[in-house]
This record gives sequence, C-alpha cells and structure tokens, in this order.
Amino acid sequence: MGTIPIKAFPLVTGTVTLAEDSIRIDGKKTGVNRGTPALLAAACMTSEALGEPLPFAYLVGDIGRGDGSRRLYAHVNEHIAKTDFAALAFHYVQPDVGWHDRILSTIKALPYQPLLIADAGYMYAAKMSGQSAAYDLFTPDIGELAFLADESAPHPFYTRGFILHEENHVPDLIARAYTHANAARYMLVKGVCDHLADAQGIMATIDNPSEEALEAIGGTGDTLTGIVAALVAFGMDIGKAAVIAARVNRWAGHYARPNPATQVMDIIRHIPRALEEILHEEEDHLGTESKRVTGEGHP
Amino acid sequence: MSPFGLFKKRRDDGPATQGVDRGFLVFENTSEVIRAEQVLKTEGWQIRVMGPPPEIQSGCDLVIEFPPIEELNILRALREAGTEPLQVVPVSSPLLQPVDLFHVRDFGQHLMVRGANMKMTVDKATLTIVNISGGGCPDVPYLAQAMVGKHLAQAPSPGKIGHTLCGYALQLAFEEMGRRCLR
Repeated sequence: MGTIPIKAFPLVTGTVTLAEDSIRIDGKKTGVNRGTPALLAAACMTSEALGEPLPFAYLVGDIGRGDGSRRLYAHVNEHIAKTDFAALAFHYVQPDVGWHDRILSTIKALPYQPLLIADAGYMYAAKMSGQSAAYDLFTPDIGELAFLADESAPHPFYTRGFILHEENHVPDLIARAYTHANAARYMLVKGVCDHLADAQGIMATIDNPSEEALEAIGGTGDTLTGIVAALVAFGMDIGKAAVIAARVNRWAGHYARPNPATQVMDIIRHIPRALEEILHEEEDHLGTESKRVTGEGHP
Repeated sequence: MSPFGLFKKRRDDGPATQGVDRGFLVFENTSEVIRAEQVLKTEGWQIRVMGPPPEIQSGCDLVIEFPPIEELNILRALREAGTEPLQVVPVSSPLLQPVDLFHVRDFGQHLMVRGANMKMTVDKATLTIVNISGGGCPDVPYLAQAMVGKHLAQAPSPGKIGHTLCGYALQLAFEEMGRRCLR
C-alpha cells in the first residue's frame, strides 16, 4: 500500500508488473525512481527471479496534500477483510494516526493474521499511534531509527538533537526504541552497516559489500523493503528474509557500480543476479551444515 | 510608517518568546504553514515554525509560534495574504523543536547535505541536483521528480511546492546547500 507522486493518478488495485523501467497496474503505468514504485519494482524482480506470484498493490496519486492518502486508507480499511494476503507492506502515505488505528483494528479482527511490515510514512503513523509492537518488521534508516528511539517525537523532523547525534550508537538507539515500545518485533536498520535486531538486541550485521555512494541514492531503502516483503510473503522466516534482503540489496548496489548520481532503477536491474548468488550461497551453506550433522564430508 | 511599525518589524534574532507568553497558529496542512511563514518572515515578524503539542497532533503537523500580543496584526497580515489559520491557540507547555542539525558529506565530485531525515546531493562542478533521498511523506518522490536534474539555483523550492514535514526538512537542506554552493 503506497502512493504515486502524480496528483491525477487514480486509486488502483491489482497485480503489479515491471517492464521497460515502469511498473504497470490495472492498465496504468508509472516510472520507477524512488518511493513505492521502487519498492514494487524490487518486489517484482524478486518474485520473477524466484518464480513466485507477483505482488498485489493498493496505490493512489498523492503529492503530499494527503487527499489521495486518505482515500487509500479508507479503501484499504473497507476491503482488507476480503483478502488473505500472507504479508502486508505499508509504505509512502501521509501519516494519519486516526486512519492508521482504524486499519490496524480491522486487521486485528481478521480470522488470520498477515505479517505486517511498515516503512516510510506509515511507520511514522504506527509509531505515533503507540502501536509499533503490533508490526512484525520496521525498516528504518539511521535517522528514522533515532526518531523511533525518541519517545516524544511524532515525526523524524522533531527528533531531539541529543538522540539524533551521530555519536549515538545503533545498539543504543535500538534498545531505546524497544524500551519505549516504539519498535516492531523485528527491526531491519538500513545504513552504512545494516542491522537486524529484535527486543533482545542486534541479531545480525550486514556490511559487505560497502558502497558509500548508496547513502545519497534515493530509493535504495525502498528496494530493501520490497525485497524483504517479497521473501516474507513467500514464506521465508522474517529474520532470515531480512538478512538475505540486506545482502541482495548491497550486492545489487555493488553491481551497479554506483556513484552519488546513480538512479535506483540502475540498481534494481541487478537484483536477480544478486538474489541468485546469495540464495546459492545459502544452499551451499545449508548443504555443508547438513553434511556436518550427518557426518558426510568429514574424514 | 506608523509608530507601531517601529515595534512590529523586529529582527528575528532569537527565540520568539520565553516562558508562557506564546500562542500558535494552526493551519490545514504543512504547505499552508510554509506559505504563512514566508508571508510573516517577509514582513519581519518574529515567529518560529514548531511542532504542535501532543493533544492536537494528528500526523504530519507544523504550527507557527508567535507572540500573542501581536495576534491582531499577524492575523491581519495573513488575511491580506489569503493564508488565514484554522485556529489560534494559546500555549503554556513547550512546543516541539524542529531538527536544526545538518550533516554534510563530501564524496569528492558530489556534496550531500542531510537536514533531519532528508538528503540532497549535488554535483559540485555543475551544481546540478543529482539525487534526493530519505523521508517518508508522499511529496518526497514528487519533489525528487521536480528537482533532480535541475541546477541548484533554478530548481523549484521545496518550500513552495512541498506540503509535508519531509518537504519542509528538504527545504532546510536545500537552503543549507545553497549557502554552501551558491555564495
């Protein structure tokens, strides 16, 4: 669920496809530069590479006035009970606590519970509502993590300086976010190093390969959220999916040979190659582990 | 100029007020706040853009803090500019302070400025905006689309075409980039 930066883009729902650097849904198409189209493009690439179903999306045009977002909130709230999605990813929308709470209440009343992922504006609304713990995964960057760690900030714009300061270590900010119940069950923190954490602390750190230019490129966090959302929807354990997604995103970035002027679609093109390599590595690793358990491969 | 003008056109060289003698103006959306801020600052009023207290927060909010003693004059100025607030509220509890830290990163050929949660990167040789990242409000992709590829001096201002707190944060980064590159 997310927005398209075109005022006149209508509210559409349907399966999303990716072709010629554009996503297509319900007869409409839009370019991929950042935001929800980048998330969906990454999810499409992941789905196609794995031979899994393509993502289904709820989209609307909104250039920041919030009118499109409010129509989208209302539509999702009305229709979500008729679906059986394994995972729901909430993304770029105008943060609105009232609508957030209504949708979460509708989801909680469902006979099954989909996995809930939130990023961008929807994550801001989730935190502000005080119901972050209802989510399975948040994907903040470092600045957004500081916002989650600041119990009094309703938006990253108001994060207090002593928390935002760069000397604050990620583990401290994660601990503070959990202390004040402003964290999801899992947190995948995007940055120079990516960190996966839960309430007990950091579970994994992913820092290879390292491409400094990625910090400047709009949409690289959106692609990470798209990859992990797709993997989780296909049944992969959230913790494992988060680590694989972070590795895939970094390698896709690396293969694009990025500089600060690189555009995100140039990175998305490399997701299938990176995904294939990482999953093969995982299989090899599992094979080795299996041989150790059975005694094979050892003298 | 009326004698009152000598008092009302004060330089904005410090906090608007100290203690409890403050009020704030509530607008329909952030773009209205940005427009009102421009009107009032252009006229020399001593105001600050701040975050609202928790009891009236609804999501992506900004308010304008002002000295209540100037309420009538300020409301008149806003009415004449066609940017009247929805509500005028006295306040005694602290308002939220927007982030005012900037982080600058030099990539060699490119310079990146981060203001709050928004990052802007320019090519130092051509002063072309090459990337905008960060943020989570719906006008971020819209602003990026409008600004990336444009010269820093010719790009549309996020303060004029943006609507949210992320747009406002990008305006701060845009201004800081201008201070560093357009001198």
